[in-house]
Formats: sequence, C-alpha cells, structure tokens
Amino acid sequence: MSRGTLIDLLYLVSATTFILALKGLGSPKRARLGNGVAAVGMLIAVVATFFKQVDGHNLYHVALILVAMAIGVVIAVPTARYVRMTAMPQLVAIFNGVGGGAASLVSITEFVHIHSTHPATYVTLEVLLGVLIGTVSFSGSAIAYAKLQELMTGRPVTYPGQQVINGVLGAAGVVLIVIILASGQTALLWVLLALSFVLGIAFVLPIGGADVPVLISLLNSFTGLAVAASGFTLGSNLLIVAGTLVGASGILLTRLMSKAMGRSLSNVLFSAFGSVVTASAGSGADARPVRSGSPEDAGVLLSFASRVAIIPGYGLAVAQAQHVLRELAEELEAKGIEVFYAIHPVAGRMPGHMNVLLAEANVPYEQLKELDEANSELQTADVALVVGANDTVNPAAKDDKSSPIFGMPIINADLAENVLFLKRSMRPGFAGIENELLYNPKTTLIFGDAKDTLTKIVAAVKAS
Amino acid sequence: MGNALLQYATVLMLTIFVGIEIIAKVPSILHTPLMSGSNAIHGVILVGAMLVLGSADTTLEMVLGFLAVILATLNVVGGFVVTDRMLEMFKAKPKAPSAKNDEVAS
Repeated sequence: MSRGTLIDLLYLVSATTFILALKGLGSPKRARLGNGVAAVGMLIAVVATFFKQVDGHNLYHVALILVAMAIGVVIAVPTARYVRMTAMPQLVAIFNGVGGGAASLVSITEFVHIHSTHPATYVTLEVLLGVLIGTVSFSGSAIAYAKLQELMTGRPVTYPGQQVINGVLGAAGVVLIVIILASGQTALLWVLLALSFVLGIAFVLPIGGADVPVLISLLNSFTGLAVAASGFTLGSNLLIVAGTLVGASGILLTRLMSKAMGRSLSNVLFSAFGSVVTASAGSGADARPVRSGSPEDAGVLLSFASRVAIIPGYGLAVAQAQHVLRELAEELEAKGIEVFYAIHPVAGRMPGHMNVLLAEANVPYEQLKELDEANSELQTADVALVVGANDTVNPAAKDDKSSPIFGMPIINADLAENVLFLKRSMRPGFAGIENELLYNPKTTLIFGDAKDTLTKIVAAVKAS
Repeated sequence: MGNALLQYATVLMLTIFVGIEIIAKVPSILHTPLMSGSNAIHGVILVGAMLVLGSADTTLEMVLGFLAVILATLNVVGGFVVTDRMLEMFKAKPKAPSAKNDEVAS
C-alpha cells in the first residue's frame, strides 16, 4: 500500500469517528465517550497529515506548523480549562469564530497558491464561498462573544433601514462573487473578505442576548459549511465529510433550539427580539405593589411544605449558588419533603446550562424534570422556588399577545400553592420584559444575591 | 467538471443526510454539548491549514497559513476541552451523594 493510500485510509477512520462522535453526543450515557472518540480521530488525522505529500513533495515548513500549533495549544488549553462555567457560551462562540476564520484563511491561502495557474471557475467559486461563509462566522461570532461577555450591550442594536442595509450587503456579496467569477478579477477577493466581515457584524447586531445561543449554533453550522467548501478546494474528503456533518446537523440543531423557545428561526434572526419595551408593561408598572419577605419567612414556608419545585435560571449560575441550592434541597429532603427541579429547556444562556450547573453541584439526575413533566408536577407542589429565572416563568408568554415572548412554552410556577421568587432587584430579565408573576398574590419576593439569600434560607430551615 | 468534483459532490450529498439523521433524536439537555462537540469537529480545518502552510511558496502564503494553523488549533483544542468539561458534569452519579448524607443524618 502506498503512503498516500494509507493516509487516505486513516482519514477515512477519522471521518468515521466524527460520525460516531455526533451519534454518541446525542445520548447522555455515551456523550463523553463520543467526544473522546472524535478527539482521537482528530489526532489520527493531524498526525497522518504530517506524512502527506502535496504536489509531489513532503510538507514544507514543518517547524513553522509545529510552532503555530504550540501557540494555539498554549492559548486554548488554559482558556478552555479555567474559564468559569457561566462563561461557557462565550467560549463556544469564540472557538467557533476562530474555526470560521481558519477556514476562510485556508481558502484564501490556497487561492493565492493556485491562482497563477488559472484554476477552473468552480474552484474559484468554492474559494469565494469558503471566504464568505467563514468570515461571516468569524466576525459574527466575535460580536456574539462581545454580547455574552457584556463587552457591549446584550440588547439588539437596531438602526433605521437595518434590514434593508443587511439585505443590500448580502446581495452585494453575491454580486461580487458573480463579478469575480465572470471577470477573473482576483484582486476583488480582498473586497469580498472585507464585505463578509462587515456582513457578519451587521447580521448579528440586531439579535438580542437571549437569542445568542441559537445564533452561535447557526454560526457553528456556517463554519462547518466553510470547512466543507475548503475541502472542495483542497480536494479533501475528510474536510468535506466533517464540515458537511457539522453544517447539516448544525442547521437542524439550530431549528430545534429555536423551537424550544416557541419561535421560528427567522423570528429569532430578524425580529430584533427584546428591543421594544412592551407597551403593556409601561411606566406605571413599577408603582404596583409587590409582596416581599425575608429569607427566614421563606425558610418557614419551605419547612412546612410537602412538595417543593425549584425553578433555576441564569441568576443561579451568575451567583454560583448551585451548591447552596443543593444543600437546601438536601435539608428539605431530610425533613421528608419531596424536592424536584423544573428545568426549562432554554433556562440560562444555552440549552442544558442548568443541567450542567446542577450536575456540577451533584444534584441527582432523577430530580431534574423537563418542561412538560415539571408543569404537571407543579400542580401538586406547595412551593415553587424561583432562583434566578425570569423570562422562563413569565405568564405573559401565555396570555399577553402583545408580549414579544408570547407563545414561548414556560414553566407554570403559578400553578403551585405559593411562589418564592428570589431576585436581585425589580429589573426585568434578559429579554427586557416585565414579569406579571412578580405581582401575583401568590408570590413572595426575596431580594438579594441568590447565594446569600439561599444560605440564610438554609439556616432558617435548619432552625425550624 | 472532473470526476473528482462529482465524487466530492456525492460525498457532500450523502453526508448531509447522515448529519440530519444522526441528531434527529437528541434530548434538549444535550443540545449545548452537541453544539460544542460539533464545534470541535469542524476544527478539522486544521488539516487544511497544515496542508496550505506545508505547501506555501511565498511569504504571504506562509503568513496566512501560519495564522490559519494557529486559529484552527485553537478551534480543535478549545472545542474538545470545553465539551469534555461540560460532559464531565453529566457523568452518572446514581444517588451516591444523597445515600451518604442519609447515613450521616441517621
């Protein structure tokens, strides 16, 4: 067997591991194994590539490749290892963005390499698509990162004529590609690069912070497609398979994620969701009375319950209160009180955020109930304890047609006998919408930092 | 259009269907790890980056290729490590912690 065939065979093994990995990632038991399998497959592909011959010679600049890899590893490992759990979505965004940037650079470099040989039109088209999609993913992910990291406002950034301008930018990209293909003016490639960069930014700006996870999933899919395009240019089945897998599954995943929020993908992308403060919740709302209580009141109420539903949200992650929360649940269970967690699919900044967070605090998996089950169990609960959640328990999603979140499935906290709402302040949630649940007569508000408040509640439960 | 292009197009078409089929039944709690895992997988662009840097003739190609390898390595390594960290938290702990606490309590 020649060296080239052996390497192609190893690439085939690698591509197979990627498929197995995605399959594994779909099941809780095999997910971690799946990720490991893909990592091994990646290692095989990278090592094999060092022995590959291109244009009849061994790879040049091997030392340079190793230096670049070392730089990448030195930056990536500590970043990925030590960033706090709450910053996970940003990390995924940024690692996706660099992948898009890499795909774009690969396409450009290959084009610079071959353009003197006057490549066929379809090769140029593959390059241009790789540059367009990869760069949009790069700059779009950078803005997504900035939004989540709160380097800029998480609210949708809108300006008059935005959709029109974005449409023009997109159309200009397509026109530019046609011009380059027809005229062979390859210098215009750099114009396309700049245009794609601006397009990525313009595309992401109007998308509100709460929708950014869906966006990241979409950009993830884009990067996959850009990788596939590079694969066509380089003639690599491995890149085509891996890129297309991610591209295709990513688009489906993006749709599943927007469905979990009760919205269509186009609504997520183009409606500048959360930019308008709803009329119904206008200025007079702040003056309405709410009932607030002390952590001790809450402790007593919980101690005399027989079923308690805990509804966690992003605030739990921010306050890093998951361990205290588990402690509280254990105290209650020790008193013979049944406790379960009602997990909204989009609670937190990404689907599964709460599961990850609670798992970190050793909360037993069986206590986590998904939306439908949680809602039927809530009918018999004495207390619903809302910790750091807001939009996912907002009844406006059910009854207020004018609300931007109308139609989103929510956790019906108000079904429980009593609602304890732990909250930092009266500020509305991430989507910027007033929450009627706060004014419900069943609701008692406990103001303060979630971790602090929960610690006091635990003490109160122990005492009573 | 050569045979090679047709072959690539065939691979593309088949893979689209595999990609869609394979994640059709994923529970919502695994959406994020899945996104993160597939994020790591498109880091395979590293192979492409190595190939373009490894065949660079001019300084421009070398600079671009060098950057591409750095970015792609970030994508691969960061992607796998972040995903592993997420999934670490999903590992099965069947009631062990609460059982221990019961013993202490009784």
